[in-house]
Amino acid sequence: MKAPDETSAPLLQVRGITRRFGALVANDDVSLSVKAGEIHALLGENGAGKSTLVKIIYGALQPDSGEILLAGEPVRIASPAAAREMGIGMVFQHFSLFEPFTVAENIRLALAADEDKAALDQRIREVSRQYGLPLDPGALVADLSVGERQRVEIVRCLLADPRIIILDEPTSVLTPQEAGELFVTLRKLADEGRAIIYISHRLEEVRALCASATILRHGKVVDSLDPRRETAASLARLMVGADIHDVHAAPPPDMLGAPLLHLRDLTLPPDGPFGVPLYGISLNVRAGEVVAIAGVAGNGQRELFRALSGERLAQGNGVIFIRGEDVSRKGINARRRAGAAFAPEERLGHACVPLMTLSENIVLSRHATGEGLVRRGVIDYGKAREICDRVIRANDVRGADAGKAAAALSGGNLQKFIMGRELDRKPALFIVNQPTWGVDAGAAALIRQQLIDLARAGSAVLVISQDLDEIFEIADRIAVISRGELSAAQPAGELDREKIGLLMAGAHETARGAA
Amino acid sequence: MTMLQAVLLTIITASTPLLLAAVGELVVERAGVLNLGVEGMMAAGAMAAFAAGHYTGNPWAGVLAGALAGMIMVLPFAFLTQTLATNQVATGLALTLLGLGLSGLLGESFVGQPGVRLPRLHVPGLSDIPFIGPVVFSHDILVYASFALVAAVAWFLFGTRAGLILRAIGVNHAAAHALGYPVIKVRYAAILFGGALAGLAGAYLSLSYTPQWIENMTAGRGWIALALVVFATWRPLRVLGGAYLFGAVWIMGLYVQAAGFGVPSQLLTALPYIVTIVALVIISRNRTLTLTNTPASIGIPFVPDR
Repeated sequence: MKAPDETSAPLLQVRGITRRFGALVANDDVSLSVKAGEIHALLGENGAGKSTLVKIIYGALQPDSGEILLAGEPVRIASPAAAREMGIGMVFQHFSLFEPFTVAENIRLALAADEDKAALDQRIREVSRQYGLPLDPGALVADLSVGERQRVEIVRCLLADPRIIILDEPTSVLTPQEAGELFVTLRKLADEGRAIIYISHRLEEVRALCASATILRHGKVVDSLDPRRETAASLARLMVGADIHDVHAAPPPDMLGAPLLHLRDLTLPPDGPFGVPLYGISLNVRAGEVVAIAGVAGNGQRELFRALSGERLAQGNGVIFIRGEDVSRKGINARRRAGAAFAPEERLGHACVPLMTLSENIVLSRHATGEGLVRRGVIDYGKAREICDRVIRANDVRGADAGKAAAALSGGNLQKFIMGRELDRKPALFIVNQPTWGVDAGAAALIRQQLIDLARAGSAVLVISQDLDEIFEIADRIAVISRGELSAAQPAGELDREKIGLLMAGAHETARGAA
Repeated sequence: MTMLQAVLLTIITASTPLLLAAVGELVVERAGVLNLGVEGMMAAGAMAAFAAGHYTGNPWAGVLAGALAGMIMVLPFAFLTQTLATNQVATGLALTLLGLGLSGLLGESFVGQPGVRLPRLHVPGLSDIPFIGPVVFSHDILVYASFALVAAVAWFLFGTRAGLILRAIGVNHAAAHALGYPVIKVRYAAILFGGALAGLAGAYLSLSYTPQWIENMTAGRGWIALALVVFATWRPLRVLGGAYLFGAVWIMGLYVQAAGFGVPSQLLTALPYIVTIVALVIISRNRTLTLTNTPASIGIPFVPDR
């Protein structure tokens, strides 16, 4: 580690911050310092304490002990409004825009004082032009793409002219090209003498962008270093505290089996106010292969998953075939009986009922699959518990037992449980949406390995994911979804990030998709 | 007084309590709180207004007492749903039951007692214009207040920063909190405003509509006000239109019944509900408008980070 030995004090210094939530120490004596003009990465697994730390810097949480210095002066940051007044701005990961409001209204809400509408619109246009973030102040946020929404967040933050900018996983929802544009903007901001705190779990990105990094693990700082001198693997090791199991991908069999999932021109109107329509989706997933669907969030992934799982039926027959059987107009249990299994994106509330026990959650997805869990309407809890214990053992689900509520498990362990519940049936076709979203690196590696192993054992696996690293790690073929249209699936070896990025931006769309 | 004049006058008096209560509830729901206790607050307001008018002989004391009673009734609701984050539907229903029961109990001795009537405005000149004078310029102050409140609420919600903040809290309380806005305080204020207006609506019933106290004299008007807010897609001017449409069809039904046409009375009683719902459903078919006006966090308790 190299200490910055400039004569001037760092713009932001955090000294010995400790914050407890009950028995959990979320931040334990955390210190960090960021100079003007520096892009400083904050790294760590989920639950390592990154969010707690930035919330404290942004005034949304108060520390139990420790101090914060701005340009050498100790300060108390009582609230986000106080933070903004001191020149600290934050770009949130998500959930911080008001969808039914216009861009200008959203920005107005984040300003300390009210401002004339015309003057504000003018300022928004100026700032967005200056930093290459084009925006229409009068547009409704609900109508914007995810990338545009992020621009709103950044412009909103910049209008207050902050000295310190905190960005929480800003690229997790962007295409590679959009991320590239964001980096240009960030470098420009840093060159103006602002300090930037950059939270990300994309280590390659951090190595390209940041000159310094602080790594947190279990609430403690484990290292401060220059990420450009590290490798992604060495950074990951510091974050996790152990070597990460490498996913071992056996080459796909030369002769693929029959298509176990066959989609023929699947078209559906939007299913809700902000829903995305699906246009003419065709795809085959054969026995033995993993097919991945990449795409920026909100481009029809959720709708496609719902259509495949049978939560929403196709509009006519002859559209969706599972193991050759036409299930277009059949519900989820009929599709399960045809040999398919499904794992949706949201763990709590979609894949699992949070307040029900794990064994009850086993019954919920397997009560009608002909396994004898329910006989004449009566549930065989003994058998459910047996399956539950087996799933917990086989998938290394920690801190779980059959009688525990699903909500009591950590994200990674619950995801392992959900995957295990479906894999335990040895499905011929497995469709999973965001298999490792918000899961720690260790569990993610295990889950990815399971998906590959399932395919190599002769099943067909379809993975919908926003994580390109994950997709390149496990997929044999890759298709890209954008605005409800799916590109042709191509072998992973023939694609790179740039090509996928172009597809994510809609290069394959027909005129229908363009709104 | 001509027949038409009489019809128009009764439509206005029938619509005013609906409008007052609905505009109050609109602000509450725009802040993201569902208060199903309107009927109870109205009943309490009506009883308190009558009692105050009866003891002091001053109808203005009655108006004040009605609004205060609504605010006092709604305080436990605000405390339970905001500070303790209880379920708003259940708490609101409890408030309705409490308001109806309490007003019946405390108002028992007022049944059959003489009340005071809110004076009708008399503007020299204007009120004497034939036809228009009695219909437009000769009501009590609460009628005009209801219109002024619609305009004020519309201006507040869509023309001021405070209104934007209130709507933002109703749309996404987590994001509003992250920006540093006091979600719970704003909701307390909105709930109290809704309580005051429901109380005023009750006061109008017992001081002007029928200046006396009868148990259950609100007769479901609180529920109609609630429905109006939703079907009017949380827009103040549509609430105004909805309240008057409901009042108009209702009063016409009564006249038709009195005139002895061979229409079943049950159908006529049901007609205002049917017409209002159909009309407002047709208005709210514009999905974008509905979407941009729906307070998305409605009914969801807000619990800030530890």
